[in-house]
Order: sequence, then C-alpha cells, then structure tokens
Amino acid sequence: MPKYVMVIDVEKCIGCMACVIACKKENNVPEEHFRTRVVEEVRGEFPHLRMELRSELCNHCENAPCIDACPTRASHRAKDGTVQIDRVKCIGCKACILACPYDARYSHPKGFADKCSFCDHRLKEGKKPACVETCLGKSRIFGDIEEPKSEVAELLKKYDSSVRLEFAGTRPRVFYIKKQFAGGL
Amino acid sequence: MSLTRRDFLKIAAVTGGAVAATTPVVKSVLALGKKPVSLPQYVPTTCEMCFWRCGVIAKIVDGRVVKLDGNPIHPNSRGKLCARGHGGIGLLYDPDRLKTPLINTGARGEAKFKKASWDEALGIVAEKMKKIKENYGAESIALLTHGTISTYFIHLLQAYGSPNFAFPSFALCRGARDAAFEITFGEAVGNPERLDLQNSKVIVLIGSHLGENAHNSQCQEFAEAVGKGATLIVLDPRFSTAAGKAKYWLPIKPATDLAILLAWTNVIINEGLYDKDYVLKYTYGFAEVAQAVKEYTPDWAEKETDIPASLIVETAKILGKNKPHILIHPGRHTAWYSDNVQRQRAVAILIAILGAYGRPGGIYLNPKKKLEPVFLSEKDYPDHKPALNKGKYPFAGEEGVTHEIVRATITEQPYPVKAWFTTGINIMKAMPNQIDTMKAIQKLDLLVAVDMMPYESVILADIVFPECTYLERHDDLFVLKERALGVSIRQPVVEPMYDTKPGWWIAKELGKRLGLSEHFPWNNFEDFLKKKAQAWEIDYSELSKKGYIDFPESAKPYILSGEDYKFKTHSGKIELYSKELKEHGFDPVPKYTKHEQPPEGWFRLIYGRSPVHTFSRTTNNPSLWELMEENVAWINAKIAKSIGLKHGDYIVLVNQDGVKSNKVKAKVTERIRPDCIYLVHGFGSTSKLLHKAYLRGADDQQLITRYAIDPIGGTVGMRVNFVKITKEV
Repeated sequence: MPKYVMVIDVEKCIGCMACVIACKKENNVPEEHFRTRVVEEVRGEFPHLRMELRSELCNHCENAPCIDACPTRASHRAKDGTVQIDRVKCIGCKACILACPYDARYSHPKGFADKCSFCDHRLKEGKKPACVETCLGKSRIFGDIEEPKSEVAELLKKYDSSVRLEFAGTRPRVFYIKKQFAGGL
Repeated sequence: MSLTRRDFLKIAAVTGGAVAATTPVVKSVLALGKKPVSLPQYVPTTCEMCFWRCGVIAKIVDGRVVKLDGNPIHPNSRGKLCARGHGGIGLLYDPDRLKTPLINTGARGEAKFKKASWDEALGIVAEKMKKIKENYGAESIALLTHGTISTYFIHLLQAYGSPNFAFPSFALCRGARDAAFEITFGEAVGNPERLDLQNSKVIVLIGSHLGENAHNSQCQEFAEAVGKGATLIVLDPRFSTAAGKAKYWLPIKPATDLAILLAWTNVIINEGLYDKDYVLKYTYGFAEVAQAVKEYTPDWAEKETDIPASLIVETAKILGKNKPHILIHPGRHTAWYSDNVQRQRAVAILIAILGAYGRPGGIYLNPKKKLEPVFLSEKDYPDHKPALNKGKYPFAGEEGVTHEIVRATITEQPYPVKAWFTTGINIMKAMPNQIDTMKAIQKLDLLVAVDMMPYESVILADIVFPECTYLERHDDLFVLKERALGVSIRQPVVEPMYDTKPGWWIAKELGKRLGLSEHFPWNNFEDFLKKKAQAWEIDYSELSKKGYIDFPESAKPYILSGEDYKFKTHSGKIELYSKELKEHGFDPVPKYTKHEQPPEGWFRLIYGRSPVHTFSRTTNNPSLWELMEENVAWINAKIAKSIGLKHGDYIVLVNQDGVKSNKVKAKVTERIRPDCIYLVHGFGSTSKLLHKAYLRGADDQQLITRYAIDPIGGTVGMRVNFVKITKEV
C-alpha cells in the first residue's frame, strides 16, 4: 500500500497563491471557503527581518483526531492511508472541525464537513494533487514515501524536516523542509 | 477568536483549532453525485489573464469550463498556471461582463446606457468616423490600446488613414528598459525577458518583486535558482516576498537606485572584477565608463542610498566573483523617475562588464530563426500626416507614447484629435494624471471602448463594444522567443456568451461600414491563421491540437567561447559609451541625477503588484476577488505608532496637490521604510457596474497627479508623488 505524503520546501514558496485557487477550482470549493492557504510569518524589526511563507492544508495525520471525533465514521482512513470524508455518512455535526488542531476543515454550505483530500480523484488517474501540479516554485512535492526512489523519500532522507504542532502527537504526513540559508526564519 | 475564512488565507500568525462555525442549513446529501456527467473535453489555448501568454488547457464539462491548467509543452507555463490563470474562469462567468453593445444616451461619463444591436452601434460609430475624417482628416482618430486586440484596431485605423496609436506598455511600463537595451545591446530584452534564471549564481532584483508579480515561467526559474542556493540581492524599500528569500536585502532610499548601480560599477572596475576578455572583445567605450564612475564611490553612494558602503562593496565583490553567471534583472515596470533610460542603461552596462549577456545564468540570446510577418491584408495603407506616437522623444519605441496622444488632444497641436478608440485598456487606471485624461476626453467628438468588462474608462465611452473573453475567441498567433522560437495559438474553448464578439470581428465589421472590406480579405479569422501557419510551415491542425509548436533547432542561447559575435548596434559591439545618445545631446555614459525627497510628514507613494491580480483588470473577477478584495496601504510600524494608527484602521491618503484617495486599510508593518507608503496598483474602481470592485481600496493612479518625463524615450516617471495620511474617512 502506498503511503502518500507531501513535502513542502518553504524556501521555494514564492507566495503566488496559485495552489489556493487551483485547489478551489479542482475541487469546486464553495465561495469564502478554502482547503489550503499560504501563511506568511514575519519576525524582527525594520530593517532586520526574516520571513517564511508556508503552505498549510490537511495533514492526513496518522493519528487523526478528526477520525476519533467523528460519530458516524464519515471521517475515515482510506485504503491509501489518506484521511477522507464520506459526504453521505457525514451529518454535519462539526465535531471533526473542532477536533482538528490545524484548522484544516470547514463546514460546506451543503451540510457536510470538507477538507483537502490530497486530490484522491486525481491520484486514481495517476495525476498529482492540483496544488502540486500548479505550484510555480515547485515548493509542494508529493509522492509515496514507501517508494525509496520517490522525490519525497529522497528529500526526507536528505534534509531535516518538521511537522506542524508536533507536540499534538497527530503524526502529520505533510512535512516542511528548509534546505539551506536563503532568508527564512 | 472570530476570524472569517478569508482572514485565514494569509495571516501573520496562526493558532490551531479555533473555528468560526456558522450554522448552515443541513440539506440532504443523498442526491449528490447522482447526475450522470459527460466525459470532459480538453482544449488548448493561450491565456490572457496577463501579458505573459501562457499555454492553457481548458477542461470543459457539459459546455462549461470547469478548470484551467498549464500546458506542459508550453515554455511560458510548463504545466503550471498562476492564480490569475486559474481565475480565468472567473472572468468568463463574471455576471458583470459587458453583454451587448451599448450606446450612451446621456452626457459623456453619465453612463446612461441603452442596449443596442451590433448593426446599430457599428453604424453610428462608422458615421461619426466619416464625419470626423471629413472635417479634420482621418489622423484625428487615435487609438489607445493593449493586448492582442491591438493588432486589429491598429490595422483598421491605419487602413482608414490614421497612424496614431499608443500602448501603455512603453512609456508607462517597459519602455525605459527596452530603449536602454536597444541603445546598449542593439536589441530589447524581450517579453518574456530572456533571463537564464535557472542557471544564475547571483540574482539581483532592483525593485522587481518576483513572486508578487507572478510571471509564470520566470517565477518558476527564480524559485528553482533560489532552491539551488543562488545568492539573491534585493534592492527594495519594501521587504518584498523576494526580499524574504534574499541573502542581502538592501532597503534603499527610493529614487536613488542609480547611485548603487554606479557604485557597483565603480567597485567592479576598480577591483578589476569585470570580465576583461569579454569587455575587450565585445564592448565599446569601457575607458569612458571607468572614467565616469570614478566619482561614484561606495562612500558617496552610502549617503545617497542609506545602504552602508561596506555592503555595497561586499555585494559588488559577490557579483565580480560569480561572473558571468549573474542575473541583474532588467526590470519591467521601469517608469519611475525622469532618468529612467539612464538608470536602465546603468543596469545594461553592469550586465555587460560582468560578461553576463549571452552567457549561462545571465541573459540568453534570441533564437536564430525568424518568422516573416504575414499581414492581415496585402493592401497598402493610405498616406497620412506624420504620426503623433513618438512625440519629440528620439528613443521612443514603436509602441508609442500615451501622453503624446493626451497632449495633442488637449492642445490640438500639431493637429486636432477628435476621436479615441480605447481597446483592451482601462486608461483611467493605466495613465497618470486623471484630470488631464478627463480634460482630453471632454474635447472628443467620439469615444469608443472595446472591452470585456465595464471598467471606469469603458463607461466613459459614447459607444461600448463588448468583446468576448480569450476563452471564447481566436486571436492572432503568438510568436514566442523563448530559448527556442515557438508559436502559440489562442482558440475558443467555448462559444461566446451573450451578444459578445471577438476583437477581429468587431474591427472587420466596422471596416466593412467604412468601405475598407479589401483590408479584411478573409471571412473567418481561422482562415487567416491557417494561411499564416502555412507561410510559416507549421501544421495548423497540429498547432490547434497541441496549443504550441516550437522550432528546437532555433535555440542558440549563449555566445560561444571566442565567438566573433556581432551585436545589432551601429558599432557591432555593446555600446557602454553611446555615440547615439551623445548625438542627441544626452549623456553618453549615465550620470547620477538627484531626485526630490519627501518633506517631513510626507511619504513617497510607491506601488506594485499582487500575484492574484492583473492591475485593475481583475479586481472584479469573482475567483480572484475572493483572494484579495481590496488593497491596503503599507505603513512602517514606527510611523504608525507615532501617529496612533492601528493595523486595519481605514485611512485616506492625500497627495501634494490635494487629491484624496478612497478609504483604504492601513497595513502596519515592519516591512517598509519609514519614508514611503506602498499600494498594490489597480484598486479603488469608480465604476458602479463592477459590483465587487466598486470603491474597494485606494487607486494609486488617482494620487499620481504629477509625473516626470524622461527626455530620452518619453517614458514617464510616476514615483514622484508624495502623500500624507489622514484618519478622516
């Protein structure tokens, strides 16, 4: 079974927001809602500044609080290891939205919880997620970590990586790498 | 914690878990996904969400465009699209689109529009044009234009007897850079610029904010270079996204860029860090440059620019050590001050002495192959009076100078201008000094606008022709000079919505009513494209299927070692010293010009781009509006504190001539110098017909009432306005 992960090379994010809108169009995300975002963090005082741009999305956690919180098993782990939502089973109780420490989910106007699916419909067609496909900086890299020759496996072997809110114990599958000094935090 | 979802898009610090849960009505989801959908179709075309001309593949389901993706074989997109490219769907389905021809039945500017048929609207315009030609000559009809549509309307007006047209892209944008490169290297740097970013070891950005201007392939190569560890040096009064990636951010005092360029040249020459073989073999006038920059020492530059001399020396040495793999970005919007061409000349000279032109990591060469022009018709244009386009500026480009059209219209010198066509351009947002533009407009007997959206300039028109969007039409073939030469096609991916028509059709139909049918000797534009493809020995059906075809053997990016390369200048060499400039009475080697700095309590107004908008053209686009509804005024945190201004407060900016902006939110930030205020360009629309963009944010152009004209190329300096902050909204 594959183990899909996303690696985000923060140095290569140029904040162009193409991922945000590509995701919206690909997944028909309703107005005013987003499945991914680009966060800009600045530290220091003029003129001694550091900045990081960071894409954030569902972490498809190995220890996923949203799955635990779901009363109907709508939030579940799919066969490929990703965390998915069965819209038919979802009763719109929002327990998962509150359980997620990453604010990765939103309540769809049609009454179900929604979030990043790693574009599982595209994966089935052999394509990459829409955000990865369009990322101008190639900052978002996607693949199967079980495949030793995959770009994600090689990057994670080569560079130190971090995850968001490691202390939460959710074991995210979205990893952030910073290869060398080129600004950044 | 109460945040809207939109706030989450780009916020400075994030805490987990907090959710502003609204209470949507839970509807039955059982019906979801039951409707059978037909298989998607994929059609390639060329994007027009900006001027980069990316290859797009449109995904169409049941006659509706559902997704746009980058064409993988197209060099400008390489399988990727920027936010605006994806947002093309928002333009196509924007409910505020122009839907039918419109006739203004009130006074000009009142926008009391009556819907009309094409026949009626075209007929009125043709009759008025005939009258103007009778009374004043055809030359008194002028065109202000941008984009692909220009081809058809320049042709139409020339066929009718007027040579008068101007693009904003010269005087108001790239002109200074292009003129400087033509003077120095004998050719412009291209559009997209021929930058070999992917191989650069050092990248210098002078006010260019790559990332915030999302020029697709250029951003891709920029990120690649940064990822590979290229040293980035960014000169910018603002801590741009690019500055956030830089090893050296030099927060330069605005209007002093030329000082650093000259000081770098000084150090590189003094320390013997220039490319001696290259300079000897390919350049002319090195000794004169060496002599001229003697006075521009790093210590002198420190006083001008606020950048420590030690840093100027350190960065100059980095340039020298890594030559020739140096990318000094030639800039794009270079309409800053009165010495634009000389500043860009200094960039060109620096590139040349580092041996970076025609070298890996620098500026690559034009492809070897040329495609001969195929004209819309073979019929000659009638004779006419001299064109207004270039004014008195000896180095103005073929694209013309917009302010010359405005000037001639107001003064009626050398002859009256009585009609304007504006096609694909929102003149109120593109041109400085809106008061003068309005003055000129009031003198016209006829103002016609052709566009897709009811921008503020469009609704000033007497007659409005609604063009269909780029997703609904054919356009002329695009010749792209990437490393290899290639041809890109724009073709409809869906039928035109409403009663809208392609630009070529509008020009042809108007031509028919003016007795110019022979100038449009094709029934359908595709017939013309097929003829053109045949002349260029391209298989049209293959082009239509793939979207892009190139000639790989045409690539010759670098000057080979020892090659006897001839530049297209008079001397055949790179002209560090320009006899041509000297002959016209200008400095043959750039000299520093000191520009006025804002008085106490005033701030220089600077402006730039957002990656999710293309000037004013997209501010109403529902898909992009959602990502950025209005612009904000960037204000230094210390300044804000001193006047009691908080982040998110609404303010009004007032310029030195008393012009007040629309209200705009303050972005209180460490990311900008205390002596300037920054706005993203294009906001604060005054068109009530743009329901999303109307009066959202502040219009920088409105505050640009003053401008300095560069006497060499007629380019405009728009960074010469000072503003004050008022809290009275």
